[in-house]
Amino acid sequence: MTAPQKTGPKTLYDKIWDAHVAHQDADGTCLLYIDRHLVHEVTSPQAFEGLRMAGRPVHAPDKTIAVPDHNVPTTLDRANGIENEESRIQVEALDKNARDFGVVYYPVDDIRQGIVHIVGPEQGWTLPGMTVVCGDSHTATHGAFGALAHGIGTSEVEHVLATQTLIQKKSKNMKVEITGQLQPGVTAKDITLAVIGATGTAGGTGHVIEYCGEAIRSLSMEGRMTVCNMAIEGGARAGIIAPDETTFEYVTGRPHAPKGATWEMAEAYWRTLFTDEGAEFDKVLTLRAEDIAPVVTWGTSPEDVLPITAVVPNPDDFEGGKVEAVSRSLDYMGLKPGTPLTEIPVDTVFIGSCTNGRIEDLRAAAAILKGRKIKEGMRVMIVPGSGLVREQAEAEGLADIFRDAGADWRLAGCSMCLAMNPDQLAPQERCASTSNRNFESRQGRGGRTHLVSPAMAAAAAVTGRLTDVREMM
Amino acid sequence: MDKFEKLTGIAAPMPLVNIDTDMIIPKQFLKTIKRSGLGKNLFDEMRYDQNGNEIADFVLNKPAYRKAEIIVAGDNFGCGSSREHAPWALLDFGIRCVISTSFADIFYNNCFKNGILPIKLPKDQVDALMEDAERGENARITVDLESQTISASDGTEIHFDIDPFRKHCLLNGLDDIALTLEKKSAIETFEQAYQARMPWV
Repeated sequence: MTAPQKTGPKTLYDKIWDAHVAHQDADGTCLLYIDRHLVHEVTSPQAFEGLRMAGRPVHAPDKTIAVPDHNVPTTLDRANGIENEESRIQVEALDKNARDFGVVYYPVDDIRQGIVHIVGPEQGWTLPGMTVVCGDSHTATHGAFGALAHGIGTSEVEHVLATQTLIQKKSKNMKVEITGQLQPGVTAKDITLAVIGATGTAGGTGHVIEYCGEAIRSLSMEGRMTVCNMAIEGGARAGIIAPDETTFEYVTGRPHAPKGATWEMAEAYWRTLFTDEGAEFDKVLTLRAEDIAPVVTWGTSPEDVLPITAVVPNPDDFEGGKVEAVSRSLDYMGLKPGTPLTEIPVDTVFIGSCTNGRIEDLRAAAAILKGRKIKEGMRVMIVPGSGLVREQAEAEGLADIFRDAGADWRLAGCSMCLAMNPDQLAPQERCASTSNRNFESRQGRGGRTHLVSPAMAAAAAVTGRLTDVREMM
Repeated sequence: MDKFEKLTGIAAPMPLVNIDTDMIIPKQFLKTIKRSGLGKNLFDEMRYDQNGNEIADFVLNKPAYRKAEIIVAGDNFGCGSSREHAPWALLDFGIRCVISTSFADIFYNNCFKNGILPIKLPKDQVDALMEDAERGENARITVDLESQTISASDGTEIHFDIDPFRKHCLLNGLDDIALTLEKKSAIETFEQAYQARMPWV
């Protein structure tokens, strides 16, 4: 049975959804066809094992792209192998599974290796209008291309490997509009954190967020990926931005992007991917770009966001279950209410991750670090999102700026974003981090994380405290 | 997957809001290539100190809750990472049901793939069950999926909603992949037409 399609004006999400319904049951449960399945070593071994036990092949190995990223060392000597036995076994399992099942694979020693959400777009696997899934919640990143992209669990990874579909019910539509233009020193990271600050971490639950408005249109693809990446921190499985000239320009010429007549055909289709006039959203949030300042998180939830000019809040400023949660966070973070955020000292800076490990992020950090030194005693780790990002940063002279400033310029991987490899915080170390989660112990047991943009992280590296980057521009 | 029909057990109260999957199972335990054995590390950093000793006032370490099979949790349980290790750890510990006002989407979905029943209820009902759960061993809650009811320890009955397809799969312990493969010809028909329309995919 084919799906009854929505009539009347459609949202971008409606259009992509309708194009991918392979089967629909009477109760609305659908089999959604999946165009790209990205795979990493942490959430896939049990899924491949399931296929083996049932004697099932991978349905579409040419649409399945695997790369190790979470466990890989980012030190320059990583050709020597992975020291931690469990990490090594997990990466070896991916090597074997990729080979046995014949999927596309970028091993650790391939220059194209990197964080799965950076490699997909870079290689042109991610294209507008596609459905993209991965056993990783930050799959939302790929929504920047006008693709429907979201994280799935390992059982679903196995389901997609075996059937190239997912059992799904449609989510609701939410619109987040950012009007006007960002002020100097304010970036895509500040937009996405400000949105989560406004909605809360459950504000987008059950919804797909379409980001729109002048400020979003003005962002580069890198910036749009940063915005969509953190849709999940607002509870939405997917964030999405309608494709436009910026998107087509980024995609064209990528290794797996269409070429020639097929490109013409694809582009004609991609130009139909926008929300129709009059289409309805279940929820709407509008922010003025001019009202967004460089922001920083103070607590242990991504919704704990304030402008850098603010002070640490008091638990009594909150309501309900949040009072206890804030009190617990401040205790964990070692912070006192009323302390100006700019007076919080940091000892570690992490620049990288699928949120902010792209070339534009490194340029923003380099612009601040150029001609400056990091504060003595600080540990500053700069981790490119892929081998190709690293190569480009070397070619543009950014790597020299990092090294001259005294930063530790590393190889590609997830690194200290989730600290599955040795890149970790020690208890009570405090980090200005460009990653996406400030959860308790996320970057190492007892570690304290403040989420910021790359420029803000670079500023903190110089001063040794959370800093308003606008003072250094 | 084990069926879920009816469960009578001890409910542990965890009123904290936004309990994320990093709390449920920290990343150092994601290096496994198996599904089993994660129960001992469930809520690891809340449950054990840095030397691996139990933290006495953590709920699952209290004598009354060591055999809990149900968790009554604060808002937005399971937010953050998509790791299915979170429901695997809950299941391995013995938790078969989580009750909250809201769940993060991916976690909610992952529960159903592992025979765990996540139940969403209005705030006042979660609050009442939380109070009930505070009474420890004296509070045994019964969850009946067929009739979609929770019976609190004082006999009060609460109705809950659940998607009919998910209920059917959970009641019968059905394997999603086998169900979907029954529709293989529909998928392939779709795939051919789709590929002809969009040859670049």
